[in-house]
Amino acid sequence: MTHAPGIHYNRPFCRSHPIVQSVIAIEQLTKTYASGHQALRNIDLHIRKGEIFALLGPNGAGKTTLISIICGIVNPGSGRVLVGGHDIVRDYRAARSKIGLVPQELFNEGFESVWATVRFSRGLFGKAPDDALLERLLRDLSLWDKRDARINELSGGMKRRVMIAKALSHEPEVLFLDEPTAGVDVELRRDMWEMVRGLRERGVTIILTTHYIEEAEEMADRIGVIRRGEIILVEDKATLMKQLGKKQLTLHLRRPLARIPAELADEPLQLVDDGHQLVFTFDAQREHTGIAELLKRLAAHDIDYKDLQTSQSSLEEIFVNLVRTRA
Amino acid sequence: MNLYAVRAIYLFELARAWRTLMQSIATPVISTSLYFVVFGSAIGASMSQVQGVSYAAFIVPGLIMMMLLTESVSNASFGIYMPRYAGTIYEVLSAPVSYLEILIGYVGAAATKSVVLGLLILVTARLFVSYEIQHPAMMALFLVLTAVTFSLFGFIIGIWADGWEKLQVVPALIVTPLAFLGGSFYSIGMLPEVWQKIALVNPVVYLISGFRWSFYGVSDVNPLISLGMTLGFLVLCLAIVAWMFRTGYRLKS
Repeated sequence: MTHAPGIHYNRPFCRSHPIVQSVIAIEQLTKTYASGHQALRNIDLHIRKGEIFALLGPNGAGKTTLISIICGIVNPGSGRVLVGGHDIVRDYRAARSKIGLVPQELFNEGFESVWATVRFSRGLFGKAPDDALLERLLRDLSLWDKRDARINELSGGMKRRVMIAKALSHEPEVLFLDEPTAGVDVELRRDMWEMVRGLRERGVTIILTTHYIEEAEEMADRIGVIRRGEIILVEDKATLMKQLGKKQLTLHLRRPLARIPAELADEPLQLVDDGHQLVFTFDAQREHTGIAELLKRLAAHDIDYKDLQTSQSSLEEIFVNLVRTRA
Repeated sequence: MNLYAVRAIYLFELARAWRTLMQSIATPVISTSLYFVVFGSAIGASMSQVQGVSYAAFIVPGLIMMMLLTESVSNASFGIYMPRYAGTIYEVLSAPVSYLEILIGYVGAAATKSVVLGLLILVTARLFVSYEIQHPAMMALFLVLTAVTFSLFGFIIGIWADGWEKLQVVPALIVTPLAFLGGSFYSIGMLPEVWQKIALVNPVVYLISGFRWSFYGVSDVNPLISLGMTLGFLVLCLAIVAWMFRTGYRLKS
């Protein structure tokens, strides 16, 4: 199997890494449903305190199963999960009280008022009533005017906000957003991103799943890719974005080359398509891309071309490539 | 113990009853009143005494018991089935609550509703008929025990049901017939001998008999056996719930 250059693939759980530094530590987590479907295979993953972690993956890759296990909605198979150092099975109270979850689907108590349902959530998570805090929360989410409305009467976007308010009502340290912007309008998406940044500033760790690459690009500090129940990549977004900064110039040669002339060995060149194409990789962000110089040098070596094009690999391409080709 | 959570679930469930006040409280009270009018006043007037009690008074404990059973089962089953159906159960499962706390919240609220309802019917009955309560403490004990036991039974139904139909079937096809055949409107002694024996298989017979004893001091079966049967059914329901929670039956995959 080939690795994209510069991308560091998920390694087996690193023993030297002290568990307590990670707000969530997942070791060798496996889940097989009663139907026989193996949803998760040997997941090792560490979420750092205070980061925004985006979990990318196609539908059915295991994103929701992973979140559901951490949150206590689905029973884990083998392996273990610690949240804030607390085992999610043995010490579920301590673990779960740190977590807020906004599920993918809009579930709500339709006949209840916004206020009642948010107060219920706070109590359910074992926190003493704090109306001032809930008022602030509802104001932040533009729900305060709707506090007495029945949830049924709200628009889809507003219902989504109610679910966020519920998840935040007990001041969690870790917030899970499962496909937060699926079917959400642009305005709410922007609001949501702003809210997530605000939460991060307050030290809340955020884990979001998405299949919108754009969302991961916009928000995440780190990105993980899950495919068929396996984590196949975990990387800082900055490192991934560096890949995005790289562009390629492809020259379609008039006469195929057998090899790159030795005089041009210092250039980042690659010969593809049986010598019909010459690919030059450069950093588009830099003032001096070296294209003009390259073309002059090629002319000097009598390498003629009939066409040229530049291309840029997007995170989406990297992602699609990973998901499609890696077995 | 996450008392805030127990309180949250309990109050949330009671708020649901309050919101649907007509359906939760008024409907059973009105339908029970109709029973009193029809069976107690209209038919009862031409009937002789049963076990030394006027027929109208005789049916008071049976009617309360019948309502208590059906309302406990339907309240509790609806209470836990609704969040499963709507998907909001995710929040309860992801909360730092134990199964015991979930149970106390849901079953406690359902049983509370039933007890309030039972007492309301008792008061309503007073408008139609005069009765006495010889053993008030035992009456309260039977009332609460039955409400809790059948709310537990309803909770089991609410977890077991995977559709609205199943949710309706058990109360309609099992609980109501058992309550009718359990001696709500007659003494088991009024049945042919064979049917008397068969009736003893019906657990509701013991509940109604014990409850009626607390009113008038007369019963079809020994009140201690009644109490024992009620406790036995309570333990059975608890055991089933414990199994459901341990295996995550229909709650967690």
